[in-house]
Amino acid sequence: MPRDAASGTEDLAVPVHSGRRRGILSLGSRGLLYAALLVGAGVMLFPFVWMVSTSLTSDGQLFVTPPQLIPSPVQPDNYGRVADLYPILTFLRNSLLVALVSTSFQVLSSAMAAYAFARLRFRGADGLFLVYLATLMVPLPVIIAPLFIEMRYLGLINSYPGLILPGVASAFGTFLLRQAFLTLPRELEEAAFVDGASHWTVFWRIVMPLSKPALATFGIFAFMASWNSFLWPLVITNSLDMMTLPVGLSNLQGQYTTAWNLVMAGSTISVIPILFVYLAAQRYVIQGFATSGIKG
Amino acid sequence: MVGERGRRKAATAILFLAPSLVPMTLFMLGPMAGSLGLSLFRWDLLRPPKFIGLANFTNALADPALQEAVGHTLFFIVGYLPLVYVGGLLLALALNQRLRGLAFFRAAYFLPVITSWVVVAIMWRWLLNPGTGMVNFALGLVGIQGPGWWTDPTWAMPSIIIASAWKDLGYVMVILLAGLQSIPPEYYEAASVDGASRWTRFRHITLPLLSPASFFVLMISLINSFQVFDQVQVMTAGGPAGASTVVVQQIYVDAFRYSQMGYASAVSWLLFVAILAVTAVQFRLQKRWVNYA
Repeated sequence: MPRDAASGTEDLAVPVHSGRRRGILSLGSRGLLYAALLVGAGVMLFPFVWMVSTSLTSDGQLFVTPPQLIPSPVQPDNYGRVADLYPILTFLRNSLLVALVSTSFQVLSSAMAAYAFARLRFRGADGLFLVYLATLMVPLPVIIAPLFIEMRYLGLINSYPGLILPGVASAFGTFLLRQAFLTLPRELEEAAFVDGASHWTVFWRIVMPLSKPALATFGIFAFMASWNSFLWPLVITNSLDMMTLPVGLSNLQGQYTTAWNLVMAGSTISVIPILFVYLAAQRYVIQGFATSGIKG
Repeated sequence: MVGERGRRKAATAILFLAPSLVPMTLFMLGPMAGSLGLSLFRWDLLRPPKFIGLANFTNALADPALQEAVGHTLFFIVGYLPLVYVGGLLLALALNQRLRGLAFFRAAYFLPVITSWVVVAIMWRWLLNPGTGMVNFALGLVGIQGPGWWTDPTWAMPSIIIASAWKDLGYVMVILLAGLQSIPPEYYEAASVDGASRWTRFRHITLPLLSPASFFVLMISLINSFQVFDQVQVMTAGGPAGASTVVVQQIYVDAFRYSQMGYASAVSWLLFVAILAVTAVQFRLQKRWVNYA
């Protein structure tokens, strides 16, 4: 009864508060909602906490019951041990290198193609754009065998170019940036053309600076996709010194199946860089996923 | 004159397109055609390729290992899709309320989305460790004897489903939340004035107006589910005893363990055609339930 009364009075207040969000809840259901959301957040965050906790646990304490959330003793040495056993820092360097290089190439090549599609009305543009869109539907497994054979033919198995080359262009990025360029007002560009500027100048001096948010969104997106990719690096690398973090970790886990503290130390190391990117650019990240819908 | 200008325009376009079109052709369009061609050959990369017509396709359709993998993939889809959609919808509805700490909750729910499948699979392998794992410990506290999870053929796929839904919940939430926030508040206000209950408002306003977002997120999730691989490879590697093999794993094993490049390509094209067919059917069916206002 009191609950109904409360929600009744709040309902009356709707027009006053009419903002974008419209959840008007009584105190009781608000409390329940908070409790549910907190439990949910616990479920989402706990595996990360448990990963870090396990990474600090000593070998003898790994399988004790009840499980120890705060390990005693705390053994940070696991990070050093896993780095001695496995070239984790090499994986980290490889992942960074591959992600940074392929992201830079993807952003640049996609932006240039997007400019062509958005501003240069050349013959066959629509057809070619459709081809780009169609490739978005093609799953990686469809091309993986011939791509591998091609790389073998080029002598690029187990090499950085082999890891990077399939990811230097992006149909998705071209699409995303074309949409962004289409929303830019043309007046500035037209004024520049009147002053004798070339397309190249307009692209670099006007279109690119005005599209920084879209470029950032796609760049972060491309970085994460590359950082987390597994199937292609798994296929193209065959020695520890060329592996990226996901492949190396999966390898480590396959080899040290019960050394969970070491495996978790490796996992924690691999999560930290992407976590920084996420925390620094959370708005772009979530917005990017929400507007583009595509995920890795 | 016009021809001259047209040529110059084409030259500029080619310059701008080249950095993306060249790699796209070499590493995407070329391999696609190559894959289709390859599917007509038997080739182990050692002996010269041998043309065998459609034999790879007929063999694939009769391959019991592949049939099992298809079954496991469908099992995954049937378990994963409802879980991730209903979970994501509940989260989106909760976060669409006027609440303090929204940014925190949204960030927390989204965190697994940015984490790699490999790390997620490792985390859940540990949480679902049958002997002393956290999940079975927690179940034990409420008097339930937990199953053997990924070590048990019956529970291997459910383990993968749980880890996958956990990872993708935040993604579904973000898409549906954007859909919820685009529903004009006037509809709810009018319905409230007419005395509609909360459930009626949800059933007759929220669900229909959210249907484009629902359609989109279900489509993307379905297409991705057909290609499930990373988490399976790391959590169970298809085991125990082949109880959780999936189609892409079959392609991976055929191509890179047994070096059957032609056969693997044929299977991958069957997968591609299946995905296209299901997508086409979904687009047909959307008229019945998707409401584009």
